[in-house]
Amino acid sequence: MTAAAPGGRVAAPLGWRVARLAQRRIETPTAQTLVLSVPGWPGHLPGQHVDVRLTAPDGYQAARSYSLAGPPDGDRIALTVQRVPDGEVSPYLTDAWAEGDPVEVRGPVGGWFVWRSEQTAPVLLVAGGSGVVPLMAMVRARRAAGSRAPFRLIYSVRTPADVIYADELRTRARDDFGLDVSYVYTREAPDGWRGEPHRIGLADVNTHGWPADLEPLCYVCGPTGFVETVADLLVGLGHPTRRVRTERFGPTG
Amino acid sequence: MSPGFQGRRRTTDPALPPGQYLTEDFPVLSAGPTPRVPLDRWEFVLATETGDEFRWSWAELMALPQETPTVDIHCVTRWSKFGTSWQGVSLDVLLDGVDTAADYAQAHSYGGYTTNLPLDDLRDGQAWVVHGYDGEPLPAEHGGPARLLVPHLYFWKSAKWVRGLRLTVEDEPGFWETAGYHDYGDPWREQRYQGD
Amino acid sequence: MTEMSYLDGNMLDGPLRELLAVDLSAATGRCASCGMVGPMAGLRVWAHAPGLVGRCPSCAEVMLRLVRAPDRAWLDLRGATYLQVPMPTAEPFPRPL
Repeated sequence: MTAAAPGGRVAAPLGWRVARLAQRRIETPTAQTLVLSVPGWPGHLPGQHVDVRLTAPDGYQAARSYSLAGPPDGDRIALTVQRVPDGEVSPYLTDAWAEGDPVEVRGPVGGWFVWRSEQTAPVLLVAGGSGVVPLMAMVRARRAAGSRAPFRLIYSVRTPADVIYADELRTRARDDFGLDVSYVYTREAPDGWRGEPHRIGLADVNTHGWPADLEPLCYVCGPTGFVETVADLLVGLGHPTRRVRTERFGPTG
Repeated sequence: MSPGFQGRRRTTDPALPPGQYLTEDFPVLSAGPTPRVPLDRWEFVLATETGDEFRWSWAELMALPQETPTVDIHCVTRWSKFGTSWQGVSLDVLLDGVDTAADYAQAHSYGGYTTNLPLDDLRDGQAWVVHGYDGEPLPAEHGGPARLLVPHLYFWKSAKWVRGLRLTVEDEPGFWETAGYHDYGDPWREQRYQGD
Repeated sequence: MTEMSYLDGNMLDGPLRELLAVDLSAATGRCASCGMVGPMAGLRVWAHAPGLVGRCPSCAEVMLRLVRAPDRAWLDLRGATYLQVPMPTAEPFPRPL
């Protein structure tokens, strides 16, 4: 994997590149992974995102940001897109976009909410809903780089059917040494689950996270209210704010 | 071009200013945290260029003659909404008896927002301080307790959470006008950015 | 929801890199209002607005505004007294005298 800006933070000004749909994978009833072919893609770090821009026949344009779901595969990048029912861009990407059709992408962007494989500190990932996407990119990059950094992922979802990457997470929790995965269900838990559905709270973060004195790096991604709650919990547990990195999702799609 | 992409509905309705599209919902735009102003602490202050001040408490504002304008509104982010119904006090009422030689007004808001307008654009039934929307108290996310309503200009001129007006001799650009947006903002002349 | 309708400064990288060759979201900034020093990625960004408004997470004052017209952009940083940008190691400027 190559970094967009390996040493310092200096990179070229960003322009838009043409991308075509190469492959589509259904993840849940409302989420899809879209594999894009982007000639000349410069590489990226786990946690970074891309801006996707659509252009209508009359020149009207709409752009949205999406997290990269994993390390690049040559010129191919993967995004996981949650379909927003009244959205302007995501329904096009999930329902109308045909293989080979062009869109434009700009990226990679974001040099802060990233994990670098040379980091050895323990990592806590806390995902709310489709906020799992950039965190999954870190989980995948960790294994691809052979990193021994211990990872814990706490994944909050409404119901078991909403779990994105469910099979892969099950496999990785078994096979990726040093990766723990735990779930919080907010609306409906699977059969045999201990406890009631609930919103993420202190007990979840305390039980399934890392103690602050291990100085972990914490990455929290999800809707703004979720991120706010979790970041406050982590800081309350003694994690310094500089080691709690957050990525909030906007309301539009 | 992305085949099959249409985007939001765009029409050529003659009631739509150029470059606008029609929306049925009411998007919430916000440049900062929503201020919460208790009504017993709310006030509206009109300050002239000579330092005279005119103040209205919430109860005093409510005791003034009320109007119920129904107007089309046009946001510079390209949505327009037809037939919005408001309740409030005309600026003609608030400016009545105010002795001023000022040509401009700068509206300022709880939370720190500002925007500037020619004073003439606030007169003659063109502007209100509104506190009701669709027969209900104006929700905080739409500018309640009270906001300015100047529907013939782009909607950023209709300052949410309005707290007062400073009447000025010189034009003093506000929050968006100092960051690239047009000083006047006429949607029919598509005055979005400086120099448009 | 209105209290929660902001994003993180991370999202500034794409829009700013249209203008600048530097990832400002990875820079450190000092708030002109309260003096807090922290990553620009940690700003609270209000994006549902005519422009992007980046506010200090500590005092909520505006540190950055970015307005993008089709053919122009305005970047207002008056709310930040400085930006510290990580650079590849090189001789400082001015050079030792």
